[in-house]
Amino acid sequence: MSFAPACAALHDGETARAIETADEAAVLRALDAPAPGPHDLAALLSPAAAAHLEALARRAHETTVRHFGRTIQLFTPLYLSNHCTNGCVYCGFNSANRIPRAQLTPPQALEEGRAIAATGLRQLLLLTGEAPARAGTDYIAACARLLRPLFPSLAVEVHALSEDDYRVLVRAGVDGMTMFQETYDRTLYATLHPRGPKRDYAWRLDAPQRACRAGMRTVNIGALLGLAPWRLEVFATAMHARYLQRHHPGVDLAISLPRMRPHAGAWQPAHPLTDSDLVQAMTALRLFLPQAGITISTRESPTLRDNLVPLGVTRMSAGVSTAVGGHTGGEAGTGQFEISDPRGVQDMCAALRRRGYQPVFKDWEPLADAAPGAA
Amino acid sequence: MTTTPEPDDFLEIGGTRLQSRLFVGTGKFGDDALIPAVCEASGAQVITMALRRVDLDAGPANLMGHIPAHMVRLPNTSGARTADEAVRIARLARAMGCGHWIKIEVVADSRHLLPDGYATARATETLAREGFVVLPYMNPDLYVARSLADAGAAAVMPLGAPIGTNRGLRTREMIAVLIEDLALPVIVDAGIGRPSQACEAMEMGAAACLVNTAIATAADPVGMARAFGRAVAAGREAFLSGPGAVRARASASSPLTGFLGQDGGRAPQEVAP
Amino acid sequence: MTLTVNGSTRPLPRPANVAALLRDCGLDPAVVVVERNGTIVPGADYAATPLEPGDTLEILSFVGGG
Repeated sequence: MSFAPACAALHDGETARAIETADEAAVLRALDAPAPGPHDLAALLSPAAAAHLEALARRAHETTVRHFGRTIQLFTPLYLSNHCTNGCVYCGFNSANRIPRAQLTPPQALEEGRAIAATGLRQLLLLTGEAPARAGTDYIAACARLLRPLFPSLAVEVHALSEDDYRVLVRAGVDGMTMFQETYDRTLYATLHPRGPKRDYAWRLDAPQRACRAGMRTVNIGALLGLAPWRLEVFATAMHARYLQRHHPGVDLAISLPRMRPHAGAWQPAHPLTDSDLVQAMTALRLFLPQAGITISTRESPTLRDNLVPLGVTRMSAGVSTAVGGHTGGEAGTGQFEISDPRGVQDMCAALRRRGYQPVFKDWEPLADAAPGAA
Repeated sequence: MTTTPEPDDFLEIGGTRLQSRLFVGTGKFGDDALIPAVCEASGAQVITMALRRVDLDAGPANLMGHIPAHMVRLPNTSGARTADEAVRIARLARAMGCGHWIKIEVVADSRHLLPDGYATARATETLAREGFVVLPYMNPDLYVARSLADAGAAAVMPLGAPIGTNRGLRTREMIAVLIEDLALPVIVDAGIGRPSQACEAMEMGAAACLVNTAIATAADPVGMARAFGRAVAAGREAFLSGPGAVRARASASSPLTGFLGQDGGRAPQEVAP
Repeated sequence: MTLTVNGSTRPLPRPANVAALLRDCGLDPAVVVVERNGTIVPGADYAATPLEPGDTLEILSFVGGG
């Protein structure tokens, strides 16, 4: 079973047309639907819905507060390695970019983890480029095992793995997986990923499902917004999330809305999103997927991030460095992308509290570790 | 020459395409001779019945003689208290030569008459393997429904309220969850007392409604059957047409999107220092 | 011989089969289903299914139900 056939069907032109041509009546119906379906989502993502952004925002806010309360989970990424064999044309870690390459040893990763944990954060996202020979499953698992005692929630954002490899990571204490399809448009995907193992669109598309099968507790998907026209990308992301929820109801599904920012390479997004576009995307997703987590990264500015908080966000990063070794300053390389929100954890918490939101560092404790004799 | 357009909305169960989304029952009629008129007035194409020991002193009821030939027979397993009993009744019903549809009912609690989901799932699995078109009567519980789907059910039949109570859609929220989550048809069974309640179930997206007591015990069963047929069709049409938008939306004094400004954030994006 | 039919004992002259029993009970074979010693007897086999003393038979038919 795979999302691939349904995803291919989304790109036959019909869905894009439905989104482009939805009228105001369809938007109003969607805004009032008790459980918006795909047709409603198309209407909410349509140009016609832009005129009803405030109504969308209001309903997204109510829905989010009802399901999540006034809380925001905080996490930070830890870049383990920026070695990469891929040539993603938009990425600062592109193997053709002549940037300093670095990889933390597991003990160095632990040092970084300690520096992060000292700020109070308890959710960590481990990132690597795609260089399995250097930073493969065993390496990531070794880092995870060392970091696990410091972080009750440990996620990975690494290259697409096999189900068995995800199982290895789950056994090492990893409970979350993040994987962006970058673009759901298969043709565009091929041109944006001209070389390296990431060329394999289908393998990547099914990676979140393999992670679900392997027992990941949280799976976070997304499209890199700006690569392709955003409305269909967000629609495809939502349908992908719905597919995973249907087939793996025990997994917490989350969606990220990473918007392309300027970076070290010369490449610029072909389909940039305005702030309004981003708000429409987020609020439409919230109405279609009331229980899904929504993550906003430090790609966005402090002002915008603060304003997005009531509209559907459930998870934000704070105290971010996208450079390998960036938390201990020992071995800083070039970051993957430029950070627009440089606020540290304390500033972030203060900003959330000012808006009446509670920052959450930790919302679960894995019992397996507490069991006597647990590995 | 005129051609009748093929109706494009139908309910397909077990390879049979049904135009009517009302199922009727045969219990509790003051006179079984009313049944043909009830079938005709309601437009129903599926009809339920039960299997019982023949009373040798009185002889067998002539129920089947009253059922129009075109109706799909849906025997139930009422009286079964365990999965094994339900399987046994289903096999007996099929031996009657009236098709291979079966409504599984396993009720071990005779006070509340609520179905046993675990036993129902076991019976469903056995009978689906034997080629029955299985429609299990159930409590509207998501996990039970998924088990039934995995076991091979052709549809699920959640109760709207305890059987025979005519109390309406007391389980509305839970049935909505099943409709939203399941790929199978969700047929609301039990509890529907008035046509408006059947209509509401259909508006919610139910695939069909099964109504027995409310028709059989009405002062005019045939008139009530007609009313249910229309209510179910109206609810279905409303569902397909989409609910109208309610425009009475208060607009807040402090907008959530005020930060976007007049240009909708179209100003040049700031680049991090 | 004596049979148990629908929970009551019932005499029936030998030799007998299911069709003879239904005739004896005044039942139309088309509207009933018969279980002999826990096994369903297909309608086509009524005449070919002999009955033995002590057999337990269940004769069922459809009745009203929802």
